[in-house]
Amino acid sequence: MPPAPFSGFGIGLRKPHYAELLQQPVDVDFVEVISENFMVDGGQPRRILRDVRERYPVALHGVSMSIGSADGLDGAYLKRLRALVDEIDPLFVSDHLSWTRIDGFNAHDLLPLPYTNEALDIVCANIDRAQDALGRPMLIENPSSYIDFPGADMTEWEFLDHVAARTGCGLLLDVNNVFVSATNHGFDPVAYLDGVPADRVRQVHLAGHSQGSDLLIDTHDTPVCASVWDLYAHVLPRLGPVATMIERDDAIPPLADLLAELAIARGIGCPALEAAA
Amino acid sequence: MSLIDLQRDMRTWLHVGDTAGSRAPAMRAGLAVYQNNYRAQLIECLATSFPVTRDWLGEAAFRYAAADHIDAVPPSSWTLDAYPRDLPATLGRLYPDDPEVAELATFELALAEAFVAADADVIDTARLAGVDWDRAILRFVPSFDIHDVTSNAPALWSAIINGDPPPAAAMLPEPAGLLVWRKDDVSRFRTTDQTEVQAILRARAGAPFADLCTYLVNDLGEAEGVAAAGRWLGQWIGEGLITPIEGEFPCVD
Repeated sequence: MPPAPFSGFGIGLRKPHYAELLQQPVDVDFVEVISENFMVDGGQPRRILRDVRERYPVALHGVSMSIGSADGLDGAYLKRLRALVDEIDPLFVSDHLSWTRIDGFNAHDLLPLPYTNEALDIVCANIDRAQDALGRPMLIENPSSYIDFPGADMTEWEFLDHVAARTGCGLLLDVNNVFVSATNHGFDPVAYLDGVPADRVRQVHLAGHSQGSDLLIDTHDTPVCASVWDLYAHVLPRLGPVATMIERDDAIPPLADLLAELAIARGIGCPALEAAA
Repeated sequence: MSLIDLQRDMRTWLHVGDTAGSRAPAMRAGLAVYQNNYRAQLIECLATSFPVTRDWLGEAAFRYAAADHIDAVPPSSWTLDAYPRDLPATLGRLYPDDPEVAELATFELALAEAFVAADADVIDTARLAGVDWDRAILRFVPSFDIHDVTSNAPALWSAIINGDPPPAAAMLPEPAGLLVWRKDDVSRFRTTDQTEVQAILRARAGAPFADLCTYLVNDLGEAEGVAAAGRWLGQWIGEGLITPIEGEFPCVD
C-alpha cells in the first residue's frame, strides 16, 4: 500500500532559507529536503534537519538511489538512508524513475530508462528491495527526459501504473516534468495526466524549466510557467488529498517569493480539492 | 539491447563521448543534454568544494585542472561529497613543483570533511579529577584529523579567506602537521611541529597517557617532557579534541 495521503502545501527547503524557516513560523504545511544532503555522519546539517523536523513534517527526496540500475541497488546507500528515515520519521521518502549508477560509475544525474518489460522487472525488483530496506513504501517520481528510446513496450504513465501496482509504492507526480518531457518528445501532457494512476499519487512537484538549444531543460531555476499551472489545475480533481510543493534548486529566490508562488498553488489547489471532496 | 548494455553504453558516452551519438542521431540532442549535465555538475562540485584553491590558481587554470580530473577520475560514490576527495592527487600531478596547490586543496577538503563528521561528546573538564591517569587512554573526536604540510598553504588559505593579499608560496623550514577538527559547528585548524604530531599519533594508536608521558620524557627530557604532556593535554581538551576518557572515574559526592 502507498503511504497515507497528506493534504497540504510545502516547499523544497534549500540552504538559503534554513535560518528564516527556523527563526519564525512560515506558512507551509511541510517541507521537502534532498535526502543525500543530510546522509552525512553528523554536524550542522543533521542538527538543522532535526530542528526543522521539530517544527514541520519533512519529506525526504532522493536523487541517488538509482532505482533503474540494471545491476541493482547500493546496499550502503540504503543503509544510510534507512538511518536518516529512522531519525526523521519523514512524511514521504521518494526518488526518481531513473538510473544514475552502473558498474560502480555514478553519473549524479537522473538518466532515462527505456519503458520496456525488462526495465519494468528490474525497476520493480529494485523498489521491492528498497522498500524492504527502508521498512516503508516509497514514492516514485516521473523524471524530465531528453531521450525517447525506440522499442518501448509502454508509455511512461503505463510504466508507472505497473510499477505502483506491482510494488505497492506511491507516486510523486512532477507536473513540470510531464510538461518538459511531453514537449521534448511530442506526446500530449493531458493524456499523461489522465492516464497516471491517480489513486497512487501522494505528492505533486511544481517547478520551472528553461529552453535549451533544442529541448526544454528541467532547470528548476525559474517560476512555474502558465502551462504547468494549467496542467496542475487539470489534474488536481483526479488526485484527491495530495501534498503539493514548489521546487527551486537554482537562482533560488527570497523565501517570500517562494511563498507567494506557493500561494498560487493554494489558490488553484484548495478549490479543486474542495470540489473533488 | 538489454538494459545493462544500454546503461553501459550511456556511461561510456557520458564519460568519454564515444560513438553512441552517431549510432543514434535522433537521440544526439538529448545525449548532449545529459553529457553537459554530467560534466557541468562535476565541475560545479569541484569549484564549490575548493573556492580558495580556485582563487589561488585562477579560474582558467582551475577549470583546466577540473576537466583533467573529470577525464581521469569518473565519479563512483552515491554522494557528490565524495568526488572532491581525489582532486588533491590530480593537482599534485599537474603541479609537481608547486606543492602549495595540492596542499591548499587537501586543507579545504579536510575542513569540509570535519564539518560533517560524526558528532561526539567531549570530555567534561569538571570530571578530570576523577581520571585514573595511569590507565587513561585519550580518544580524539571523529572530526579530528592530521595532515602533513610542507608549504605555507595554511597561511595562503587564511589570507585568501580574509580577503588579504596572499603571501608568495613558500616551503616551510621543515614539514609540519596540520590539525583539523570541528568544534561548535565550525571547522577549525592549527599547524604544529612534528613532536606534537608524533605524540598525537601515539595517542591515536591507543597508547595510554602514561606511556605518552614516558615517550615525551625520553624524547625531550624529564622537565620538558612532563611539561609538554601537561601543556598538550590541556590544549587538546580546551580545543574540544578529546572525548570522555576511558578509565575515567567520576568523583562521588
